[in-house]
Amino acid sequence: MTTGPGAGTTVELVKLTKAYGATVAVNAIDLRIAAGSYCCLLGPSGCGKTSTLRMIAGHEDVSTGDLLIGDRVVNDEPPAARGTAMMFQSYALFPHLDCVDNVAFSLKMKGVPVEERRRKAREMLDLVDMGKYAARLPAQLSGGQQQRVALARALITRPGVLLLDEPLSALDPFLRDRMREELKRLHRELGITFIHVTHSQTEAMALADLVVVMNQGRIEQAGPPRELFNRPHTAFVARFIGGHNVIRSADGLRAVRADRVQLGGGDLRTDGTVRALEYHGTSVHLSLDVAGADDFAVIVDEARFYDAPLAIGAPVQIGWNHADAHPLAS
Amino acid sequence: MPSARRGLSFYLLAAFFGLFVLFLYGPTVTILVLSFQGPEGGLTFPMNGVSLHWFRNLFQQQAVGDFGGSFRRSLALGLVVMVLTVLFSLLAGFAFRRRFVGSNALFYLTVASLIVPSILVSLGIGLLFNILGLEPTWYGSAMGAHLTWTLPFGLLIVFAIFNRFNPAYEEAARDLGATPWQTVRHVVLPILLPSLIGVGMSGFTLSYDEFARTLMTAGSFNTLPLEIYGMTTNVTTPVLYALGSLTTVFSFTIIGVVLMTLAGLRRRRLGRTGGAA
Repeated sequence: MTTGPGAGTTVELVKLTKAYGATVAVNAIDLRIAAGSYCCLLGPSGCGKTSTLRMIAGHEDVSTGDLLIGDRVVNDEPPAARGTAMMFQSYALFPHLDCVDNVAFSLKMKGVPVEERRRKAREMLDLVDMGKYAARLPAQLSGGQQQRVALARALITRPGVLLLDEPLSALDPFLRDRMREELKRLHRELGITFIHVTHSQTEAMALADLVVVMNQGRIEQAGPPRELFNRPHTAFVARFIGGHNVIRSADGLRAVRADRVQLGGGDLRTDGTVRALEYHGTSVHLSLDVAGADDFAVIVDEARFYDAPLAIGAPVQIGWNHADAHPLAS
Repeated sequence: MPSARRGLSFYLLAAFFGLFVLFLYGPTVTILVLSFQGPEGGLTFPMNGVSLHWFRNLFQQQAVGDFGGSFRRSLALGLVVMVLTVLFSLLAGFAFRRRFVGSNALFYLTVASLIVPSILVSLGIGLLFNILGLEPTWYGSAMGAHLTWTLPFGLLIVFAIFNRFNPAYEEAARDLGATPWQTVRHVVLPILLPSLIGVGMSGFTLSYDEFARTLMTAGSFNTLPLEIYGMTTNVTTPVLYALGSLTTVFSFTIIGVVLMTLAGLRRRRLGRTGGAA
C-alpha cells in the first residue's frame, strides 16, 4: 500500500454492478485501467460514473461482479486498505481543523507522533503550493485553495490510485483551467493512477489517456481521446463528446465531424439553410437546418468563411467526403 | 427599496411588532421595576420609594418558602437532565440515521410524549410511583418526568443537526483510515459540538422552568417553579418580585455564558491563524 512516485496501480472492473433495489445504477461493466494512467469517467448525470467511482473507493458496496486493485480482489476491503485515496466533490475538508491538521489527519489516525505528522503534512502542502496557508481553517480559503489542501490530504496516504469526484466543477472557469493543468502536472510527477469523474468532455479530452463514456449504467465506449473523437462507436458518444453531426442515411447512422463539413464541396452533398452563426475567433460556427438531421453544425476557418460570407437565412450547399462519414452502431 | 417611501403596510406591521414586543417583555419589565419597591411599598404601583430592601429580604429566613434550597434543587436537576438529554438524543440520533425495523413507530412513540398534556404525564408518573409503593422525589420521579419532555425535543433538534451534517466528512475520515470510533471522536463530535451545546441549553431551560410535569412528581421537596408558585399564594410582599428578577437575571446569565463559550470556541479555531484572514 505504501507506494512511492512512479508506482501506480492497475484497476480492473469485472462485470461490476451496482443495484439500488430495482434500479440498476451500474450494469455489469468491464474495464481495465492501466497502472499510472489518467482515466476519465465521462457521462451525463445519472449515467453511473459516480457510483462506479464510489465502488472503487469503497464508499459504496459492490452488488455483483469483482473489483481488482493491483492483483487483489478488494470488494470487501475497507477504503483505507485498498491503496486508493478519494478527493470529494465538495472537498469535505474538516471545518474544525487547520490545513496542517487536515492533511495530517490520516497519519494521526495511524498514531504517528504529532511533530512528525505535522512536518510531513507541511511538506505535502508545499507540494501543492499551499505552504504559506498551513495555519488557516478551510473556511478562510478560496475554492481553489481548498482543493489543493484536499489533494494534499489525499496524497499524504501515498495511494496507488487517486480518485477524483468532479474535482473542477465547483471552480470558476478561469481557475478550472489552471487546476486542470495542475492535476496533469501532479499526475506526471507522481506517476500514480488517476480516476477522474466528470460530465465535461473538454475536461476529459484535455486530461485523460483513457476516456470512458458511460450512459445508463453501461460503458458506451472506452479509449484514448483521439480514438473517441475520430471513431465514436455510437450516436450517443458522437453527440456527447460534441463536434459531430449524426446523420441518418440509407446505410444507417453516420457521424461527420463539424470541421470536416465543406461549404460547396465534398463527395456527398446536401442542401440547408443558415439558422445561426457564431464568431469564435479562429473559426466560425454555423448551425444549419438540414433535412434528415436534427441540428447540423459546421465549423469553418474564419478567413475562409469571410472570403464568401453567408447571412442568416441564406441557402447553402454542404458536403463531405466518404472517408469522413464514420459509421455508427445503431 | 431602502430609499423609496415606505408604504402603509410597513407602519402597520411595525406597530404590530411593537405591540408583540411590549406583550413579550412588558410583564418582565414590570416585575423588574417593582422588585426595587421601597420597604413600605406593596405589590402594585405606585412605587413607594426605591430600595434593595426586598433583595436583602430574599436572603433572610422566610416565614414561608425555601428559596435557596429549591433553587439548588432546580439547578442540580436541570444540569443532570441537560447531560442525559444531550447523551441520549445524540445516541438516538445516530441510531435513527440508519433505517431500522420499526424506526418510524419508535419515532412517533417518542414524539407523542410532546402531545400528551404535561399534567397528565405528571399525574401518571405520580400515580405509578404510588402504586409501586415508591417515594416520589425531585431527583427520581421528577427527573423522569422532565426527561419525557426534554428527550423528544432533544431528539428533534438532533434530527435537524444531522440533516445539515454532510456525510462526506465521515466518508473522508473513513477514506483516511479512521475507525468508526475515531470518526466520531475526531470528526463528528468536534463538528457538532456547537449544536450539541444548543441541545444541552434547551434541555436545561426546559427542565429549569418546568412546572406541570413536576407538580405531581416532586415529592416532599419543591423545585424552584413549584416554590415560586407556592409563594404567590402565601407571600404578599415584593420579595416575590425580587425573586422573579433574580431568576430572570440568572437565566440571562446562563444564556450569556453559553453564547460567550460558543464565540470563544470559534475564536480559538480562528485564533491560530494570528489574524491572517
